[in-house]
Amino acid sequence: MDKLINQFEFGLFFWQILIFVGLIFLLKKFAWKPILDAVNDREQGIKDALLSAESARQEMQNLQADNLRILNEARAERDAMLKEAREMKEKMIADSKNEAQAQGQKMIEQAKAAIESEKNAAMAELKLQVSTLSLSIAEKLLKEELSNKESQTRLVEKMLGDVKLN
Amino acid sequence: MVIPNKPLRFILVALVACLPVISFANSEKDAVHTQTEVAHEAAPEGHHAEPTDIKSKIKGFIGHHVLDSHDFTVTQDDETGKYYGFPLPVIIWDNGLQIFSSSKFNHGHAVAESNGNFYAINHHDGKIYKTDATGEIKEDEKTGHPTNVRPIDFSITRTVVAIFSAAILMFLLFSSLAKSYAKNGGIASGVGRIFEPLVVYIRDEVAIPNIGEKHYRKYMSYLLTIFFFVLFLNILGLTPLGINATGNLTITFALALVTFLITNLSANKNYWGHIFWMPGVPKPMRIILAPIELLGVFIKPFSLMIRLYANIFAGHIVLMSIIGLMFIFKSWIGSSLSFGLSFVLSILEILVAFLQAYIFTMLSALYFGSAVEEHHHEEAHH
Repeated sequence: MDKLINQFEFGLFFWQILIFVGLIFLLKKFAWKPILDAVNDREQGIKDALLSAESARQEMQNLQADNLRILNEARAERDAMLKEAREMKEKMIADSKNEAQAQGQKMIEQAKAAIESEKNAAMAELKLQVSTLSLSIAEKLLKEELSNKESQTRLVEKMLGDVKLN
Repeated sequence: MVIPNKPLRFILVALVACLPVISFANSEKDAVHTQTEVAHEAAPEGHHAEPTDIKSKIKGFIGHHVLDSHDFTVTQDDETGKYYGFPLPVIIWDNGLQIFSSSKFNHGHAVAESNGNFYAINHHDGKIYKTDATGEIKEDEKTGHPTNVRPIDFSITRTVVAIFSAAILMFLLFSSLAKSYAKNGGIASGVGRIFEPLVVYIRDEVAIPNIGEKHYRKYMSYLLTIFFFVLFLNILGLTPLGINATGNLTITFALALVTFLITNLSANKNYWGHIFWMPGVPKPMRIILAPIELLGVFIKPFSLMIRLYANIFAGHIVLMSIIGLMFIFKSWIGSSLSFGLSFVLSILEILVAFLQAYIFTMLSALYFGSAVEEHHHEEAHH
C-alpha cells in the first residue's frame, strides 16, 4: 500500500487531468457529436428506407389486387355482353321466325280470303250464269213448249246434259 | 482470462510445463548466477551500484520500464553505455519554475543544476530529489525512503508524452472520421472507419443498456473518450516503445476520479436516497446501511483504479519477465520456448487491452446508470 501511494505523482496527475478533460471536450465538439449524429441520421435513413420499401411493396400488392379485380370485372362484363348478344340473336331469330310465320299466315289468310272471294265471285257468276242459262233455257223451253212438246222435251234434256258437262 | 481455443490452451500448458525442464538442464549456469547474486547483495549498497549479472539487470530493466521516466529511452547498450532515445523537458516548481532538459541528469548518473539548485534522480523510484552539489540522497534508516526534499515535479515525463500522443492520435483519427461523414454523404471513409463499429458498440451495448435510452446521450462523450483513451494507451504499452501509462497508478487514479466526479455530480435524488435512506428496508437497518453505501461510493471508483492498474502492470511484468527468460536460458530450446510463450502472452495482452478498456467503460456506464436511475426501477436494482 505504501508503495502504491508512493507511486502517486502530482505532476503527472496534473498533466493527465489537463490532457484528458481537454480531450473529452475537444472530441465532444469535433468528433463524437458529428459522428453520433451522422450514425443516427444514417440509421434513421435506413429505417425510413426500409419502411418506405415496405409501403411500396404494400402499394404494389394493392395495385396488383386492383388489377386483378378490374380484370375479373372486365371478364364478367364481357361474358355478360356475350350472353346478352347471344340472347338478342336468338330473340331476333325467334322474332323474325314469328314474324315470317305471321306474315305467311297472313298471306295464307289473304290468299284464302282472295280464294274465298274469288270462289264467291265465281259462285255468284256461276249462279248468275246458271240463272241466266236457266232463264234462257226456260225461255227456250217455253218457246219450244209452245211449238212442239217433243222437241221441247228433247231440248230440255239436251240442255240439261250440256249443263252437266259444264 | 480464458482462451476459448482448446489447442491454444494446450500449447500454453505444454510450454509452461516444459520450462522447468529447460531450467533444470541449465542448473550449472543458474548456480553461477545465484552466486553472483549473493555476492551482489553482500556488497555494500552504493546508490549507483549498477547490477552486473544478467538476472539483476533484467529485474532492474523491468523495474524501470513499469515506472515513469524523465527521458524517453527505447533501449540502451550496456557495453558502450549508449542510450537510444531522446531527453524530455524537466519542469520543477521549487521557489519558481525550474525548466531544463533531462539530458542534464545523464540518465540518473549526474546531478542537474538549475538557478543554483541541485537535483538528482533517485535510482530506486526514478523521482527527482533536491540535493546538494554532490547529489547524495540520504535514506531513512527504517523505511528506506529518501529524506531529501521533493520539489513539485511538473516534468513532461515519458508517460506524459504517451498520453499526449494518444490524445493527439485520437483527436486526428476521430475528427477525420467525423469530417468524412459530411464529405462522403453519411458514410464513413478513411482510417477512422475502423473505429466506427466500436463507437456504435459503445453506444448500443454499453451506454444504452446501462444508462437507459433517456439519459445516455450526455454521457456518450465521456464513455467514448475513456474507452478509446484506455484502449490506445493499453495498445501503446504493448508496442516496443514500452510505455506503461495505464499501468501507472496516477493515470488510473485520474481516470477513476473523473468517473467518480461525473457519477456524483450528475446523481439525482433517488441515488442519494438509496445511499442515505434505503427504501424498502427496516429503519434500524437503514442507519447501518448508510455508512456501508457511502463507503461503496468511494470503493466503486477505487476498484476501477486498482483493476486497470493491476491488470496492465501485472501484464507488463509477466511479459517482460518471460522475454527476459530468453536471455537467461541462452539455450536454443529454452529461449525459443520463452519466445513462443511470450508470443502467446502478447496476444493475451492484446485481449486484456481491449477487455480492460471495455470493463472500465462498462463499469463507468453502470455507475452513471445508477446515478440517473428513475424511481420505479428501484425494486429491480437492489
